Amino acid sequence: MSDAFRDEVRAWLQAHCPLSMRVAPPEISHLYGGGRRAKAWHPDQPAWCASMASRGWTVPEWPVEYGGAGLSREQVAILREEMRRIGAQQPLFSFGISMLSPVLFKFGNDDQRRRFLPDIARGALRWCQGYSEPNSGSDLASLMTRAEDQGDHYLVNGQKIWTSYGDEADWMFCLVRTNTSVPKHEGISFVLFDMNTPGVTVRPIKLISGASPFCEVFFENVRVAKENRVGEEGQGWAIATYLLSHEREMISSLGKIRHDTDPGRRALDIIGTDESGRLRNASLRQTLARYQLDAAAFRLWIEHGERHPSASAGMGAMSSAVKYYGTELNKRRNELYLDIEGAEALLWDARGPAGEAWARNWLRSKGNSIEGGTSEIQLNIIAKRVLGLP
Amino acid sequence: MTLPLTEEQDMLSRSVAEFVADRASLAQFRSWRERTTETAFDPTLWREIAEMGWCGIALDEAHGGSGLGFSGLGLVLEQFGRHLSITPMNATVLAGATVISLMGTAAQKKQRLPAVASGELTLTLGWDEGAHFSPWSIATRAERVGTDWRLTGVKRHVEELTAVDQFIVVAREASAGREGLAVFMVPRTAKGVSVVATPRVDARHCGTLTLDGVMLDDTARLGGVQSGAGVSAAVSLERLACVINAGLAAELLGVCEETFTRTLKYLKDRSQFGKLIGSYQALQHRAAHWFVELQLARTLVQEALLALDKASDAEGYLQADRLSSMAKAKLSQVAELSTNEAIQMHGGIGMTDAFDIGLYIKRARVLEQAYGDQHYHLDRLAALEGY
Repeated sequence: MSDAFRDEVRAWLQAHCPLSMRVAPPEISHLYGGGRRAKAWHPDQPAWCASMASRGWTVPEWPVEYGGAGLSREQVAILREEMRRIGAQQPLFSFGISMLSPVLFKFGNDDQRRRFLPDIARGALRWCQGYSEPNSGSDLASLMTRAEDQGDHYLVNGQKIWTSYGDEADWMFCLVRTNTSVPKHEGISFVLFDMNTPGVTVRPIKLISGASPFCEVFFENVRVAKENRVGEEGQGWAIATYLLSHEREMISSLGKIRHDTDPGRRALDIIGTDESGRLRNASLRQTLARYQLDAAAFRLWIEHGERHPSASAGMGAMSSAVKYYGTELNKRRNELYLDIEGAEALLWDARGPAGEAWARNWLRSKGNSIEGGTSEIQLNIIAKRVLGLP
Repeated sequence: MTLPLTEEQDMLSRSVAEFVADRASLAQFRSWRERTTETAFDPTLWREIAEMGWCGIALDEAHGGSGLGFSGLGLVLEQFGRHLSITPMNATVLAGATVISLMGTAAQKKQRLPAVASGELTLTLGWDEGAHFSPWSIATRAERVGTDWRLTGVKRHVEELTAVDQFIVVAREASAGREGLAVFMVPRTAKGVSVVATPRVDARHCGTLTLDGVMLDDTARLGGVQSGAGVSAAVSLERLACVINAGLAAELLGVCEETFTRTLKYLKDRSQFGKLIGSYQALQHRAAHWFVELQLARTLVQEALLALDKASDAEGYLQADRLSSMAKAKLSQVAELSTNEAIQMHGGIGMTDAFDIGLYIKRARVLEQAYGDQHYHLDRLAALEGY
């Protein structure tokens, strides 16, 4: 049965995935994000997303009624393998899918699921995450953005920062403080609102990579209807941490999105071999071998989790382990490319054989071990929740 | 997130753990290392292990085995690693039975493998001749004398050599390099065989095997004299190293897991400055990093053993070979991390002979060195990748 499914997937992809979509974009930020103001980095991206969405394959494991295809875990794995096989670009890069949807499935009500999930599946609405604040980074629960109870709605005042793609998003899922007279973890609620609501101001932040994927977002008397609160008032921290475990998985999988040139091949091409056929630089050769060993071990570890749901039970805290190792590994990989490419990689516009923007990717990767909880925070979580240390 | 065990594997793992905790524990290790006799291991214990069916665990049923494969053998070795059990398992089963399975004729297998499975026959492999694993640097000569063979040479770092019944020796028949090698079974009682045991840090017997013109007939040569059928000796030896390294990685995994478990407990027991030392972030972060490395280590051991169980053709062995080298390289790194951190986090007590934690580092380094340390395997992996 799975063979028949694989054949069907393969034939469909062959017929519907344009050649232009069988290549990774030069940067992750050039994946298609959808939304009302959808920006296509390549003219074929919107149609590719639409045809995948018509099969329910932007969210293959979701129920059909919400825009998914209702596939089994095994079928999803086959779909991903077949997409990988032809290098098919991820049709939709969406925080709605990777972060908000698990929250709506677990904490949302029926009305909220019906209102938001189909639009997320189609990429009709683009979402951003209102979590961090200027004085609440690692200590997220200290957040100060206030939501005042006004009967049928809240009035939101405050500021968020490091809001990824805040300038391109249509809606925000946001942590707000609804109660200041209880301990910090208990006074937080999780709300959704349109970025076009009066009083919302977005200002992009230019990063060391030259790009501006992050924004500051300011709120001045922003009206948020109470029906847009997910879960109970004060339940926001439980929802936030649940979402964070999904965000961590998403961030650690970012390294898998690009199908970069094999670093070993690349090193041979650029640095060459000695008379015995070994890479000319022994130190680089060792660094490369150590990286590839750890990268292979990490990949197999993740695959075990994907193939055996029971093996990933308790994934909540284990996602910290995945996030920690995956992002540190991604930083190592980017440093390694720099070592291999040499001075060329430091030119802003230099591109690798698969279109890799070496310098920008390398600089961007430094944020991987900060966003979604720093490596140090992940180690804290592992120590406390997995190892049971005091 | 590592692979779940099958019901059969789970039962095996539990029964080994139970047995080892009772019969082959650290207490056994301590009493046995004080031995003054020439015996390398406790023969009563070995008989009991054979009765449990673990000597034949990776052998097929036709040869008295239980057919649980290398994945099964790995689970046994992992538990032995946790308790530093002194047994001839690596020498006799992991190395000895495997080389006979890979290279022996039907008659040679029938004669020896059931005897290994039943615990009657103990073996050890004499391959290395120097301080570093160098599989093709073999100076031991096998010369044709009429219809017999004459073996001359010196094998170093041979495991359990004072107690086993037979040696299995890699020797050179012709030419240099990878080709021209053959493997011979040498009874310990053969004329011209001498052994010298040398104390080693892990309290096991190992030493130097000298072959001074040892005369053997054709039945001693693995595969008989009609070689040329099937794969070459070099390919078989490569597969042998692959099996051995995956097994050693499994025992190293046990060492890593046990040092981690014991250290984690210590972090929750020991107080300084009025607080449990496990509450200090400096130690928490190191313990958490260590934990993640252990997950990757276990993944690679499982994958390597699984690939060996699946390997039936050249491509399958290539895959297993790569994974086995990866497992050995990674486990060597993680074992160094584990045993070093274990001592450091225990502080002064970790340096004492009376406390168990310091015993593990000695076994770990021996296992790492055997059949190629991390540098050997990283170098090999780089070559396999083409750089």
